[in-house]
Amino acid sequence: MNILEKIDLENRKEEMPDFEVGDAVKVHVRIREGNNVRTQIYSGTVIARDGHGATETFTVRRISYGEGVERVFPVHAPVVEKVEVDRKGKVRRAKLYYARKLKGKKAKIT
Amino acid sequence: MNAIIGRKVGMTQIFDENGVQIPVTVIEAGPCVVVQRKNSEIDGYDAVQLGFVEQKPQRLGKASLGRFAKAEVTPRRFLREFRCEADSALKSGDEVKADIFKDITYVDISGVSKGRGFQGVVKRYNFGGGRASHGGKSHLRSPGSIGCREWPGRVFKNKKMPGQMGNRNVTTQNIKVVQVREEDNVILVRGSVPGPNGGLVLVRKAIKKG
Repeated sequence: MNILEKIDLENRKEEMPDFEVGDAVKVHVRIREGNNVRTQIYSGTVIARDGHGATETFTVRRISYGEGVERVFPVHAPVVEKVEVDRKGKVRRAKLYYARKLKGKKAKIT
Repeated sequence: MNAIIGRKVGMTQIFDENGVQIPVTVIEAGPCVVVQRKNSEIDGYDAVQLGFVEQKPQRLGKASLGRFAKAEVTPRRFLREFRCEADSALKSGDEVKADIFKDITYVDISGVSKGRGFQGVVKRYNFGGGRASHGGKSHLRSPGSIGCREWPGRVFKNKKMPGQMGNRNVTTQNIKVVQVREEDNVILVRGSVPGPNGGLVLVRKAIKKG
């Protein structure tokens, strides 16, 4: 086996979080504050998945205080403890970048 | 002995114990063999000559085959020399592997950078070029003025001009060693290293950071 593939396999999580583009998700993120470690929940819509293997990332968009916010998480990062799917989305695109231009009801994914 | 000939395999990323994503370059570190041990008595300085990648004997002449026969090693394709201490215990025929980097935190890595051919100043030195609008036409990627008038009457030395870009020896200093994998005989260093994937690199202990 190729050494790059071997390193890639080692850095993957045993269980892959199961979600797709368009899903409304809650991402449980481990954050450190001084010596405390606690879990923060970031919820929003998955608008893209990028890359493959251990380097794969996903982008979660949400509207926070009227301002659009996007965060990119590595799928296999240990700080991403869990990805909870609230609602499955029905979309026809792999990347939902068009959602950036839309507001209110139009931005809603069924 | 704190140096080795390696091969750049490629880049990937790993997660450290804090869960932080680290970009790494994977370098196949040898295994190299010592082909010649130079010493101050005969050669005037102390060094070891390492050989990397086995070579078919029929591809070498008698003269170079003789060197390998003398060191009692199989023929090698690449030979590079590294200075060493006078009391170094290495002798010809010894094998050098990735485990020499176990206690080393920082390394300097040399390689031949990717060749870009003859390039203009916009790509080579990030010059701005000319204006695309307001009548800019024949001046889009040109360097502009290269000097003054009658005085000094010449173009200064080291003026940045078009020319060959890349394909030269580059050394990047103080690269952090992230992981040494003895079982695979590779080392993982933080960030990028000069040269293309599959390119030959020389990995030495950092001279500036211990």
